[in-house]
Amino acid sequence: MVDLTHGGDGHAAGHAGELELYHPTSWVTKYVFSQDAKVIAIQYGTTAMAIGLVALVLSWLMRIQLAYPGALPFIDADRYYQFITMHGMIMVVYLLTAVFLGGFGNYLIPLMLGARDMMFPYLNMLSYWIYLLAVLVLAAGFFVPGGPTGAGWTLYPPQAILANTPGQQWGIIIMLVSLMLFIIGFTMGGLNYVVTVLQGRTKGMTLMRMPLTVWGIFTATVMALLAFPALFVGAVMMLFDRLFGTSFFMPSIIAMGEPLDTAGGSPILFQHLFWFFGHPEVYIVALPAFGIVSDLISTHARKNIFGYRMMVWAIVIIGALSFVVWAHHMYVSGMNPGFGFFFATTTLIIAVPTALKVYNWVLTLWRGDIHFTVPMLFALGFIVTFVNGGLTGLFLGNVVVDVPLSDTMFVVAHFHMVMGVAPILVIFGAIYHWYPKMTGRMLNDAMGKIHFWVTFLGAYAVFFPMHYLGLLGVPRRYFESGDISFVPPSAHTLNEFMTIAALIVGAAQMLFLFNLVWSLRHGKPSGGNPWGATTLEWQTPETPPPHGNWGAERPVVYRWAYDYSVPGMAKDFLAQNDPGPGAAAAAPVGEGAR
Amino acid sequence: MSVILVFLLAVVIVVFAWLVRQGLFSKPWLEVGVAGGVPIVEPSAPKAARVGLAVFLVVVGSLFALTVSAYLMRAGLGDWRPVRLPGILYVNTFTLLVSSLALETARTGARRGDFDSVRTGLIAGGFTALLFLVGQLVAWRQLNEEGYYLASNPANAFFYLVTALHGVHVAGGLVALGRVTGRMLRGAGVAALRTGVGLCATYWHALLLIWLVLLGLLTSWIGDFILICRQLLS
Repeated sequence: MVDLTHGGDGHAAGHAGELELYHPTSWVTKYVFSQDAKVIAIQYGTTAMAIGLVALVLSWLMRIQLAYPGALPFIDADRYYQFITMHGMIMVVYLLTAVFLGGFGNYLIPLMLGARDMMFPYLNMLSYWIYLLAVLVLAAGFFVPGGPTGAGWTLYPPQAILANTPGQQWGIIIMLVSLMLFIIGFTMGGLNYVVTVLQGRTKGMTLMRMPLTVWGIFTATVMALLAFPALFVGAVMMLFDRLFGTSFFMPSIIAMGEPLDTAGGSPILFQHLFWFFGHPEVYIVALPAFGIVSDLISTHARKNIFGYRMMVWAIVIIGALSFVVWAHHMYVSGMNPGFGFFFATTTLIIAVPTALKVYNWVLTLWRGDIHFTVPMLFALGFIVTFVNGGLTGLFLGNVVVDVPLSDTMFVVAHFHMVMGVAPILVIFGAIYHWYPKMTGRMLNDAMGKIHFWVTFLGAYAVFFPMHYLGLLGVPRRYFESGDISFVPPSAHTLNEFMTIAALIVGAAQMLFLFNLVWSLRHGKPSGGNPWGATTLEWQTPETPPPHGNWGAERPVVYRWAYDYSVPGMAKDFLAQNDPGPGAAAAAPVGEGAR
Repeated sequence: MSVILVFLLAVVIVVFAWLVRQGLFSKPWLEVGVAGGVPIVEPSAPKAARVGLAVFLVVVGSLFALTVSAYLMRAGLGDWRPVRLPGILYVNTFTLLVSSLALETARTGARRGDFDSVRTGLIAGGFTALLFLVGQLVAWRQLNEEGYYLASNPANAFFYLVTALHGVHVAGGLVALGRVTGRMLRGAGVAALRTGVGLCATYWHALLLIWLVLLGLLTSWIGDFILICRQLLS
């Protein structure tokens, strides 16, 4: 339960108009049980990366099994399903959602809006610790009897809780409890992000002057707050089914020749609940990526974002539409076929605002002063990859095309491109972009470029051939393909190629991690604003920004976030808190909002 | 899933109306200056806490709208045997209503600066909310004694699930209320309590509203109502 009465204390203590900041007194309250959003952001980021490494290793193991069946004797069919499940769940929930919202949300929202911190810092701290607990509970699944659940990341009942599914004894319980913890922790963080955007903006920072990064994270948070309850309800109900023998999702079943006691449950009901969360989840990951990419492109092309208003509207419209497309994941589930037509239509409609965003990014680049910095490379890589993944989404969104492609590698290739590779490229780009603000040092450029090219080309080497395998009819989720007559021997060669590429891409991430650590000490000092960016986080008096961010007075915002290459100006950018040459006399810079 | 879609539609309408007032159609690239055409709110802790609670209540609303959706979807299948509700549920409903009214008294008292009504309201509100939870447990017990076990029918399972979810939210509210009451007992003045009392009262009203909806669902009044609406439409 969230205690909102806490915020009341600060006001009673005095300081009308200014929120009371908590003041850390020891190393522990400063860096461990910290209430500072920037520290919490880094805690979120490192935890997510740590569990992400587990997911990376799992993907290696799966790829090795697919290319060289039996090469690693400890991988049997049960293990393989457990790896699939954990890889999927970690990447979607515990890495992508946590990094974009918990990581970048915490770091950037207060800084970009000119706030001193989140509105409920204590709740924010609690949010991280519950997230950490959720991650630890999830990881504990590897060590319990029977191992983690092998139900697939969608956890479809009835098989998720039937006796012969791996991890049926402990694994599934651990997974559901961990998800519930994650949702409770996220709700605490999410309330913070939303209320900070609504209440914490500095003087002059109207909604339409917010950088698109904040728009993306804000909208994604609102969506997550509305969508995660669906997963929560589903998880509670499945937990009841597993622990108390209820039949929310369990129909009458004959398993291994024996009828079970369950009767009357509806597996489709779970699918509705799961995808009511699951589809918005795609955009919960994508919208922050959209926002961040817009800012990266604008900054590194020295040009204002094309169609800012349209970009904001598109974000909001995508957010709303993503709640009415969920059943396009269920075309082959046996639901009423009439629904398919409705959901195919809404799915295709959502392509309109999405395509609008892609056009606007391209038009921002057009006649821009493009700098091929590492963040820019990743941003460009994202656009290409997102278009690729988006186009195959149009295939799969149509019922008649989807039915034969369902449960083939084509689907795997599609969602890895659109919500695996694409958002991760943005995460990398954003880390290269904001690392100087977090540490005061640049990441090494040469290592960054190697990292980019190996990751970008390598990801294509893995996932492009996978589309082809899918078209051949190679099924997904198979531990071993054996001798299926319609799969030619060339498919196996291709599998080996993809596996080698995947191993190389994974290895390139070690270079990235090394760069993160090495540059802490040896990176080139960056100064406060190395990219010449306009947004407020680059205008802090100190880098990295200390507790409270802004020194004595919060900045005042005079303009939108994209005044790059304004004609007639000496500098090629005007910061958001720059009153401009003409206005200098009218509005003295020292006049700060409190 | 129609219930959650209606709920979301309401959220979308409110958000959209609010966004339009925030200058969603302005042209920020043409506007240089402090104001930007839209008044900016000064952050204040009580205001932030109120907005935070409102957002949280939307999340809670979403949770219950989804549960109701699942309930109605499941209840539509053939083998649904509704639970015969124990009479104590109506007593509990009355207790929760009294609890809500007590906290409303506390809130108006806090606004007027009347410490006595704040104290009476808080203590009466907390006590009756506890009584409500005990009453719900008694209802569970009675059902169990009558043979409506958790696992014997989906309708039973849903009854326990729905009441448990609501009960957990009441219990969480009691934690917050306990903190406010604790501050009062340690001698905090009315002014320092105003925000906390107000938040508790709002939360209580929301939980009362949710409970009334859930009660309507469990007694299948709402199901009948939806049936009538469908017949009118067709």
